Amino acid sequence: MSSLIKLFLSFFKIGLFSFGGGYAMLPLIKKEIIEVHGWLTNAEFIDIIAISEMTPGPIAINSATFLGYRISGILGSVVSTIAVVLPSFIIMSLIFHFVNKFKDSPYSDWFFRGIRPIVLGLIASAAVSVAMDAFVDIKSVLITLGIFYIVTFKRLNLIIAIIIAGIMGVIFY
Amino acid sequence: MLFNMFITFFKVGAFTIGGGYAMIPIIQREIVEKKKWIEEDEFLDAIAVSQGSPGPVAVNLSILVGYRLKGLKGALTCCLGTILPSFLIILLIATVFFQFRNNPIVERVFIGIRPAVVALIASAVYQLAKKSKFDYNKYIISIAALLILVFFNISPIYLILIGGIGSILYYKGKDKSSKD
Repeated sequence: MSSLIKLFLSFFKIGLFSFGGGYAMLPLIKKEIIEVHGWLTNAEFIDIIAISEMTPGPIAINSATFLGYRISGILGSVVSTIAVVLPSFIIMSLIFHFVNKFKDSPYSDWFFRGIRPIVLGLIASAAVSVAMDAFVDIKSVLITLGIFYIVTFKRLNLIIAIIIAGIMGVIFY
Repeated sequence: MLFNMFITFFKVGAFTIGGGYAMIPIIQREIVEKKKWIEEDEFLDAIAVSQGSPGPVAVNLSILVGYRLKGLKGALTCCLGTILPSFLIILLIATVFFQFRNNPIVERVFIGIRPAVVALIASAVYQLAKKSKFDYNKYIISIAALLILVFFNISPIYLILIGGIGSILYYKGKDKSSKD
């Protein structure tokens, strides 16, 4: 029971402080799930990111469901999914009821101007921390460079990119 | 109406791959163009609020649209519709995944996929940096945040709070001095 409460609190925190989309929340998930609680290994975490990327829906929901299941089975997945969405629900409720006050206030605009550069740094740090576990030899670095090029400049579909990388894994290793 | 809203958001949740941002144009097509539940202007405001708030943008957006259409019941319905497909699909995959994870071929597939995850995140950084049109100072803040996270054991929560509150103080000071 107490592990379910910890799971709930962790994902509530993750939902509450995830600004800037799915990738920006990865450092926070890593902090809570791997470093604080030791619920997962780094490699498992990266695999879950890849699977979340290939399946429909927001990465935050996908990874909460997946991690919850890994940690405490079906009940865990229900708890972590509800916990990650609850802050959104509370905040959207407040905004819906007090929306005019928010619009008139410069404070929220100032706040977001300040966190935008931080969010970029957060996402970059997610790339670095995944790289530390993903780079096992020169071949894996080459896979990263190749996939980066075709995804960024040739606009290749992300799912196809992941499938190609998986096939390269079977061939090279 | 509630059932109709649920089905609409369930469809959006079930068929958009590639994260929350990919869902926005599809929600727009369903809600604004096809069903005409909300005016275009109002929808754009809702997107801005959803992006600026914590949490998945598609979930935030579905909650706001739900409130607008049917109050609290509508918000719960739309939110559930959006997350249920992800939840069910991931649960299905998770039950299978942990049985096959130690299979040698699956292991090799994931050794190949992990570097691709680095590439996908790096690509998002590149595109965001290009779109953001930050000035020199803001890039320094980004790089400082990156270095702090990589080299020090600090929670990202503190960085976000420091960045947000610091920025409020900075702009408030600027606002004051320009009025004097």
